[in-house]
Amino acid sequence: MIRTIGLGAVEIARAMWITLIHLLRRPVTNQYPNEPVAVYPRFRGRHVLKRYDNGLERCIGCALCAAACPTDCILVIAGENTPEARYSPGERYGEVYEINLLRCIFCGYCAEACPTEAIVLEYDFALSVYDRWDAIITREQLLQPHTPPHIVLRDDTTLEPNWGQWGGVARPAGKAEGQASG
Amino acid sequence: MDWIAGLLIPFVKALVLVVLLLTGFAYLSYVERKLVARFHVRYGPNRAGPFGLLQPIADGLKMLFKEEIIPRHADKLFYLMAPAIVVVPALLVWAVIPISNFSFRIFGYEITFYLTDLNIGLLYALAVAELGTYGIILGGWSSNNKYALLGALRTSSQMLSYSLPMGTALLSILAVVGSLSLVDIVNAQRGLWFIFLQPLGFLIYFITGLAETNRSPFDLPETENELVAGFVTEYGGIKFALFYMGEYISMMTTSALATTLFLGGWWGPFVDELPILGIFYFVLKMSAVVFLIIWVRASLPRVRFDQLMGFCWKFLLPLGLFNVMVTATVVALWG
Repeated sequence: MIRTIGLGAVEIARAMWITLIHLLRRPVTNQYPNEPVAVYPRFRGRHVLKRYDNGLERCIGCALCAAACPTDCILVIAGENTPEARYSPGERYGEVYEINLLRCIFCGYCAEACPTEAIVLEYDFALSVYDRWDAIITREQLLQPHTPPHIVLRDDTTLEPNWGQWGGVARPAGKAEGQASG
Repeated sequence: MDWIAGLLIPFVKALVLVVLLLTGFAYLSYVERKLVARFHVRYGPNRAGPFGLLQPIADGLKMLFKEEIIPRHADKLFYLMAPAIVVVPALLVWAVIPISNFSFRIFGYEITFYLTDLNIGLLYALAVAELGTYGIILGGWSSNNKYALLGALRTSSQMLSYSLPMGTALLSILAVVGSLSLVDIVNAQRGLWFIFLQPLGFLIYFITGLAETNRSPFDLPETENELVAGFVTEYGGIKFALFYMGEYISMMTTSALATTLFLGGWWGPFVDELPILGIFYFVLKMSAVVFLIIWVRASLPRVRFDQLMGFCWKFLLPLGLFNVMVTATVVALWG
């Protein structure tokens, strides 16, 4: 009886001590709209269509991505490149390229299937829209380089958040190195 | 002119007290959310106003503008009465809690910092505080919902069981002071607080206080994993808020009573020279007890129902009786 009471008192004291220590810690919350989120290099967010260094589109309109897509959310209609209007190095290019983000499950099979590494799943995760039709993103949107301000990339090897890229602003106050949640 | 002293001054004092208590409830909910958040290494509410200070107002407005839903199968009269029956007794207790012995004069009338110095103050506080149980039982019963009823029944058995050990803790105080008036009890602690004289009594009072106000780890009436939300299951909007108002004001009442009975009320350094300091000390001690209650909530898991009952009847009550016996013997022999 006495032993039980003693053990109980010790356990209660330990529990209270643990919580007291945590009371004095700095909160680890990432205050998302004000502070950026640090995403990992293999994060699969919104798609982006890439270009070659000379400005030509990588996409050749082969529609392998649409074939690989498990939810059939990609529509590709190829167009012929002409000498006057040349979009990509090959014969054809993706004249219509639409992704329905409401159906997309962000599996990344399209990026795996792509022979020219044209379509890549990048880092944007804030994809809400007011109109359902706006969730279908078009070729023009996909070709824009997309670096939203609420995202900070992590270094490929060290996985440390690269706060410097965030609008040139220093890392949010109180965030220790590697402490920010991703 | 007598009606001023007899009616107007108590009325104004009661009004001020109620306003203070309701504001206190609003900001206690804020403080609790903030504190529990910090215990969880989070920020807590920080969006509404600076440091989230307007959060209680936002919550209150939201609650007020919610659609009023009364279940068709509910007993309407008692369903609507129950939240009020919970809140009113919690407020009533404050009539006898002496905040300070400081008093000042306005137009020849003495204004004290307590509503009344009842000569049966402690008895009154206990009796009125217990009335809140009716609100909970009626709320659970009139909702006509099995979870609400189960929660209400649990509450009633829990609150009735735990009043007994609480009574023993208060009894030992009574044996020492020999008066039921709360002002007398505080005055008796001028030299030595009763927490040092009655450490066991304080422990029992604190534990039973947690159980009486349905606070964690004894928040069995609202075990969400078994009972949805207990007696508040069918309540929404401002009626739901009223139940919580009752709970939080009870929490303040318990802390205030603990301060009055065990922590020396308004006494502290330099109170003799500057009596107005007593208010500060009272609030400080009360906040300390409130912090302790919130700290316990953040630390300890909820007990099982059989553990709750077993702990009360098999451990706390004998311990309390033992404490009373020892106190009574000591008082009888050397008092």
